Amino acid sequence: MQTALFIEQLLNGLQLGVMLFLMAAGLTLIFGVMGLINLAHGSLYMVGAFACAIVAAQTGSFWLGLVASLAAAAAAGAIIEILVIRRLYQRDHLDQVLATFALILIFSEGTRWLFGSFPLYLDIPPLLQGTVPLPGGSRYQLYRLAIIGVGALVAIGLYLLITRTRLGMRIRAGESDREMIGALGVDIRTLYTVVFALGAALAGLAGAMVGALQSVQVGMGEPALILAFVVVVIGGIGSIKGALVGALLVGVVDTMGRFLLPQLFGLFMNASQAGIVGGALASMLIYIVMAVVLAVRPQGLFPAAKG
Amino acid sequence: MSLSRENWISLALLALLLAIPYAAINFGNPFYVTLATRMAILGLAAVGLNVALGLGGLVSFGHAAFFGVGGYIAGIMASHAMSMQPLNFGLFALPASNQMPAIWIVAMLVAGVLAAAIGAISLRTSGVYFIMITLAFAQMTFYFAISWPAYGGEDGLSILVRNQFPGVNTMVPINYFLICFGVLVVALILFALIKNSRFGAALQAARQNEVRVASVGIAPFRIRLVAFIVSGMITALAGALYADLNRFVSPSMLSWHMSGELIVLIILGGVGRLAGPLAGAMLFVMFEFLLGGLTERWQFFLGLLLLGVVLFARGGLIGLVAGRQRHG
Repeated sequence: MQTALFIEQLLNGLQLGVMLFLMAAGLTLIFGVMGLINLAHGSLYMVGAFACAIVAAQTGSFWLGLVASLAAAAAAGAIIEILVIRRLYQRDHLDQVLATFALILIFSEGTRWLFGSFPLYLDIPPLLQGTVPLPGGSRYQLYRLAIIGVGALVAIGLYLLITRTRLGMRIRAGESDREMIGALGVDIRTLYTVVFALGAALAGLAGAMVGALQSVQVGMGEPALILAFVVVVIGGIGSIKGALVGALLVGVVDTMGRFLLPQLFGLFMNASQAGIVGGALASMLIYIVMAVVLAVRPQGLFPAAKG
Repeated sequence: MSLSRENWISLALLALLLAIPYAAINFGNPFYVTLATRMAILGLAAVGLNVALGLGGLVSFGHAAFFGVGGYIAGIMASHAMSMQPLNFGLFALPASNQMPAIWIVAMLVAGVLAAAIGAISLRTSGVYFIMITLAFAQMTFYFAISWPAYGGEDGLSILVRNQFPGVNTMVPINYFLICFGVLVVALILFALIKNSRFGAALQAARQNEVRVASVGIAPFRIRLVAFIVSGMITALAGALYADLNRFVSPSMLSWHMSGELIVLIILGGVGRLAGPLAGAMLFVMFEFLLGGLTERWQFFLGLLLLGVVLFARGGLIGLVAGRQRHG
């Protein structure tokens, strides 16, 4: 029974890690190419979740909702890139933080205005509603496994996109020298909008998939955003590989910490006290991991070529 | 130091802040005294952040940690003093006090130690890393406060009777305002002294050109760490005052939203300016009050305003009225 629970928690950790990867990949891509820190990435995650919940409620199809979440988040991303973000590339990080913080306020209050404060609910699609048996006798939600699968596909897809396609070549060129590729005739403004929309779509996808596990509500993007920051810092800003490793590390450490630490303290304390101490420590564990990683490697595990 | 236009504005702002509560009492609207106290306290918190952000160029997105720690020290000391239980540290115990000066000292000491720890790790990095790491550490304290049930956990901690100040009845709103105002004035003087000291010159130079500062034999890391600690201590003091104002402290004081708001105050007022944080705090509280009275959705408009200031009015309010800063 204990091993079954262990495997289940490990899978939960992977699923959280995959979700964080989708967020962190966009953040790190946007930082790597445009040098922009985007706090509003959590809002795009929320936009994706709302779009999916609303379209799924209207049409009855989760799959249409998923398409809508990608489209809505990418569109929202492209719009804010053109209206606001574009003006921030030459600014310092403080201005970027503030402007994107302002965007969060606008998105959060705007969404509350349109859809109210009550959470929306999104059902897991019938196709994925079952469970699968795990070694050790327990069963695991098929839907969570599917999320892990989607994450793996996105990771492979991003890898192929960046290493094998013309767009990927331009993204890499933009990371290493933006003036030069501009001089070579690449339309940088459009490239930036496309990269931003791509990052936004990934965040929207994450929001829509998680929306079926939790409720869809205003403010849901912020915890995900901050965890994604931790991931990006651990992985190295600008590195997709770092985002993948960091995301899986954070997802697994966080989930396993919450599962194992109270038990560990239970060995030498009474159960309720162990729950409190273990729980408090577990809630801080990923930040401690981050501090340790930074103490050893201040640029993260996979530092990108330039700071 | 002769009085520049900027210093005149600082004095005028302080005079205005001092006038608000008296005018409010005269016109029979004592509620505004609390509003003015809020302005003074948030201004104080932002003065603290301005040491790191304005002078040192250290964009800390985690100052809520210090603000909240200050608040929690006030709350914890008050609850222990109320139940006559000493503060137990395992190896030794200290008697709890409900005297504000004692609370302030403890709050600043604890925040100083915390700032030293956070700063020692975060200042190894710079730029975006620094922003994200300070944010992450503040989240760590936030989650700790939520998951640690001894002092209220998620529900927060009430301060049943506002802490005492020797010789003053702190429950009278105007008295409490004057205490906060006095602390703010001291902090502003301290900020001006720091800004014009050798230390402040080195700190500002390190912001402008780190390599040059290092090449004349000054270690930027140590200077920044000291600035970060001082900054955290002042913000913690504001947190202790804030908890006593509301007679309540909760994890929301530690939330990243709070960190963002503190930066917003400075930007609204003007980065690195003496009275920038105060101007920003006054504007912010007024905006929140006026717009909050009109619409529940005031944060939407706050977002638009902030976006406008960042994109089109980078010097903030003080920059608009006092002209450009002579020394970047």
